[in-house]
Order: sequence, then C-alpha cells, then structure tokens
Amino acid sequence: MKGKDRLLAWLDQRTGLETAVRNFLYERIPASSGWHQVFGSVALFLFLVQIFTGALLAFNYAPTPGDAYNSLRYILAEVTGGRLMRGLHHWGASMMVVVVVLHMTQVFLYGAYKKPREATWMVGVALLLLTLAYGLTGYLLPWDNRAYWGTVVTTQLAARAPVLGPYLLRLLGSEGAVGVVTFARFYGLHVLLLPPATTLLIALHVYLVRKHGVAPAIDDEARSQKKFFPEQAFRDTIAVFIAFVTLFVMAVAVRVPLEQLADPTDTTYIPRPEWYFLFLFQTLKLIPGPLEMVGVVVLPGLAVLVLLLVPFIDRGRVRRVSERTFAAAAVSLAVLGWTGLTLAAIATTPKPIVAAIDFSQPTDWMQLSPVEMAGIGYFRQENCASCHTVGDGKPRIGPDLADRGIHKTAAWMIEHFKRPAAMVPGSAMPAIQLSDAQLNTLAAFLLKLNPRNAEALQSAPDFAVEGALTYQKNQCGSCHMVNGVGVKLGPPLNGLKRRRTQEWVEKHFRNPQALSRGSVMPSYKFSPPEMRNIVSYLFVLQD
Amino acid sequence: MEAGDISRLQLKDPVELVFRKNLVDGWKITSEKQTAWVVKLSDQKVVAFGPQCTHLGCAYHWDEAEAEFLCPCHSSVFSADGAVISGPAPRPLDRYETRVENGKLLLGALRESSGQNA
Repeated sequence: MKGKDRLLAWLDQRTGLETAVRNFLYERIPASSGWHQVFGSVALFLFLVQIFTGALLAFNYAPTPGDAYNSLRYILAEVTGGRLMRGLHHWGASMMVVVVVLHMTQVFLYGAYKKPREATWMVGVALLLLTLAYGLTGYLLPWDNRAYWGTVVTTQLAARAPVLGPYLLRLLGSEGAVGVVTFARFYGLHVLLLPPATTLLIALHVYLVRKHGVAPAIDDEARSQKKFFPEQAFRDTIAVFIAFVTLFVMAVAVRVPLEQLADPTDTTYIPRPEWYFLFLFQTLKLIPGPLEMVGVVVLPGLAVLVLLLVPFIDRGRVRRVSERTFAAAAVSLAVLGWTGLTLAAIATTPKPIVAAIDFSQPTDWMQLSPVEMAGIGYFRQENCASCHTVGDGKPRIGPDLADRGIHKTAAWMIEHFKRPAAMVPGSAMPAIQLSDAQLNTLAAFLLKLNPRNAEALQSAPDFAVEGALTYQKNQCGSCHMVNGVGVKLGPPLNGLKRRRTQEWVEKHFRNPQALSRGSVMPSYKFSPPEMRNIVSYLFVLQD
Repeated sequence: MEAGDISRLQLKDPVELVFRKNLVDGWKITSEKQTAWVVKLSDQKVVAFGPQCTHLGCAYHWDEAEAEFLCPCHSSVFSADGAVISGPAPRPLDRYETRVENGKLLLGALRESSGQNA
C-alpha cells in the first residue's frame, strides 16, 4: 500500500470520511434522473451563500434602530466589497424564494411526494415557510422607510390572528409601535433562530431523500439505476454555477434600494412589500373590512394547510407527468393568480405624493442656486444631521453646521470630507465617499447655512432637491441660469411657469428641435420620476 | 399634551399637526415627533385622528381633490369625520381625546374607535 492510500485508510478508519464521500457520490439514483432535479442542490447552495454573506454583513452591522441605517451606509460606502456583499444577500434572498418554489413545483408536477415520501414533502413545505420568514424578518434590518412601514403592516397582520393576535404582537415586541424591541426580536429571529432551524430541517430533508431515494418515474422500474457521480453531479454543478453567475451579475448591476432613514411620521410614504408578497398584499385590498380575517388568516392558513397535506389529498398512483392534468392545471392556476395579483398591485401603486404646499411665496430654499439645492440632496443622502446639530440647538456629537464660525473655504471642506481626521485631528467623522463634483455641491450648500435659515433650507421638498440634482447631473447650468447662477446661453429658467406649460417643457426635454426650431439643446431621456421632479422644480422657481 | 394652535383651522379642512411626545420604547425613553390629523367639524367641535389607518397601520393622507383621507397601502378611504367610505378598513379612524384651551388644542390618549361609523 502506498503512503497516500495508507493515509486515506487511516483517516477513513478513524472518521469514516472516505466511505461517506463514496456513499454520497455513488448513491444509486433512478435512470430517469436529469436536469429537472437540480433545483434542490441550487436551493442548498443559495442558503450557504446567504449564511456566508449574512455573516460578512454582521461583522460591520450595528443591530439597533439608532445605528442600523448608518452602519449599512458604512457597509455600502466604506467596507471593501460591501455593496457586493449586500447585493448578493439581497438578490440571493429573492433567488432563493424563486428556486425553492421551482423545486416544489417540480416535485409537485412529478408526484414525487407520494408514498413513502410524504414526510420529505412536509419538511420541504416547512423550509419554504422558513425561507419566507427570512424575507419578513430581514426586511426591517436596513431601518429605512421601506423597512419600517413594511414591518408595521406585517406586525399588524400578525395582530389580526384570532385569539393569538395580541400575544403574537407582544412576542414581536410591537405592542405600542414598531421600535427597538421589534427590531431586536426580528434581528434575533433572522440571525439566531432561523438559521439553525433551517439547518436542522435541511439535514432532515436530505436524510429523508437519502432514506427513500430520489423518486423514480414509472418507466424506471424496467431500467437499471445509475450513480449520482458523474452525470447528475455534473448537472448539479452546472446549475449551481449558472445560479451563482446570475446572482453575481445582479448583485453588481442592479442597485439594492436604500431609502431615507425610517420616519414613523412620514404620511407621504407609500409602503409596498417585497415582490413575492405583492400578491398577498393585493388580496388584502379585495377583502372588505368585516371579512378582514378571511384575507389575513383564513386564506393563507388554508393555503399552507393544503400544501402540507398534498400527499394525503392526492393518493392516486399516477406519476407520469403527461397524465397529471389536475396537477398541471393547479400549477397553471396558481401561476396565473399570482401573476395577475402581482401585476394589479404594481399597476395600482399610486404616484408619490407631492405635498400640497403653497409655493407662491418665496421661501429660503427657493433662493438657493441649483448647485446649493443639489447639495441638500447629498446632505440628506449622507445623513449628516444624524451626527451634526444644524441650527436646532440639539446637542449632537458633531459641531453645529449652521455656525458660521466653523465655515471654511469650499476647498478646505472638500479635503475634510475626504480625510476628516487629517484636517481636524481627532475627528471621528467617517470619510464621505462621493466624487469631487458631488463634494463641491455638498460644500456649496453647507456654506449657505446660518442659524436663521437652517430650518427653512432643510425643509426643502424632496421633489425640488431631486429636481436640482437632475439639473446638476445634466449640467443644465452650462447654458441656463437659475437664481442668477449659470450661463446665459439659453433662456433663464426663473419665471418659466409664466411662459410655458409643464407638458410643453416635458416635450421640449425629449425633443427640443421639434418645439424650438434651431435650438442647440440636446434631447434628454429622463426616467418618469426624474422628469416629474425637474419640471416641478423649475416651475416653483420665482421670477 | 399641547398639539398646536387651532385658530387658523378651516371648517372640514384637515391639517396634520406635528407635536413632540415622550415615548417609552422598550428600554429607551425618547422624545419623538408625533402627528395627528386635526379637523374642525363645527365651531365647537374639533377632532384629532391618530395618523395610522385602522386596517394595517399604514400612514394615510388627506386627498385634497377628493376631500377624503386615503390610505396608499390597501386603498381604504375615510371621510373628514373619520368614517370608512370604502376599502378594507374595519373601523373608523382612531381618535385622540381632545380639549381646547385658549385656542390651543390639547391631546390626551389615543382611543381605538368602535366598529361602527360615527
């Protein structure tokens, strides 16, 4: 026996590792096994991705409402690979829901839950519920408006449960309102309780799959079995690889939303749940008040019960997919219902509310130049007011930004934003991860602050700030003037509302030459919110 | 607690008043911003509604064009006096106990409304 073989034999004798790997790789599986059976492995892989990225996020995340938002911003701006980490965790969660549902659909269509695999199916249903529970509990953790209001609805749903409602609400720490206790409970569930519960159930699920073997097709009885390795192992590996590449591309290319810090008094916010819960959200709209319980408890409860009992409801022997017309019809109906309700929920989402404030009288923020207005956007985005007093006298860790005594030149401030401690020794301020142009914009706004105007400037409406940001990003000031700032190549934009309608201005942005013959202005392809904000901003400017 | 001056309220024209309140939230005691939708129903009667929809707790707002309160979550609609007009809300808007002293509105506890429209 060679040295390597002796070492392996020694290891196997002590640990059984080689035998275990051999048993795993050479497990006998039905001859019909193929690509349709890869989803379970992909779901397991995605769970491991969630565990790994979740742990990496936890290394930099402060789990209290006071710090969660800022620590997440820190992860996104400062931590190496932080944005990728969050992207993988966020989109991985969505992908996991998709893959688990695909896995269940495949098992359902193939009738693979039939005797003796009833328990395997039921554990699978429990795993689906756990996957959704991660979605619900993780939703609160960024502590932005989306998280806060989504969780208000979730906890109120729990409160509607018959008899148990008040106890559930207390258990979730949401008796008075969603606050620090709710946050601690959701975080505890998300990182301490759900992962071991999922691990245990996955172990049980895999044990049951191995005990009963992969469900064979009818024709398999006449064919000899094959081994898991190499054919099926190869298919599983390819499927996992495709899933990871898709997830990675999404994490890099699709930005995960992080909205404004949670504001329980924001009555203009329009809450919406994660996409896979939109169908349930829409169902609740269709059920009138007195029957609320039906939508909140009875229907979802029945759906879960039916799903759990599928193996006992369908006891027929038919296993051939082409003959399982009832199962195919049930899946088609579910897909149609889910799609219809989800599309209806998206279509009926109202447009964001622009507060009905009378803008006929000039207020302080209207006197700002677009660059200073856009600075308010970065001021809010960077959440400067969470550490700095801004003329309101409330003591905070950072100095009062409205105090003219601390104002320096824009160049000094930009250096300070980039390397706070280098400019102010001992400063605990984190570096601001913005471009030089953006930092210049932020400095321009801060230099405008004084104790008299601080409150008025900060109360500038979001649409005007967003509009000014779009104005800045597209360098409209290279040809136009607003509040006396810019270049007088094109017409000044103050007083635009007296000269043109909003529809005209929107059309002009899209195709200037169609409305102004000989115009040298390029066309702009703004998104609908960008167009709404920039036009609204230009129309509140005073003469 | 004092919520604000009501001398400029117009009849049946709801206004969102913002005030501060000390809140006990688990182990934290904080002074938080709170809001109430205040409506002058007659010269003698002012009501203040809790800012959350009675369906599932979303923040509703006053729709000026339709002259009604609208919840953007599940489309519950309430009249200026808090009654349910349509949608899944099971009961009228919850009300604060109110008292007016020298033109100032004083708010007491938030009371859950009964199942019937007022």
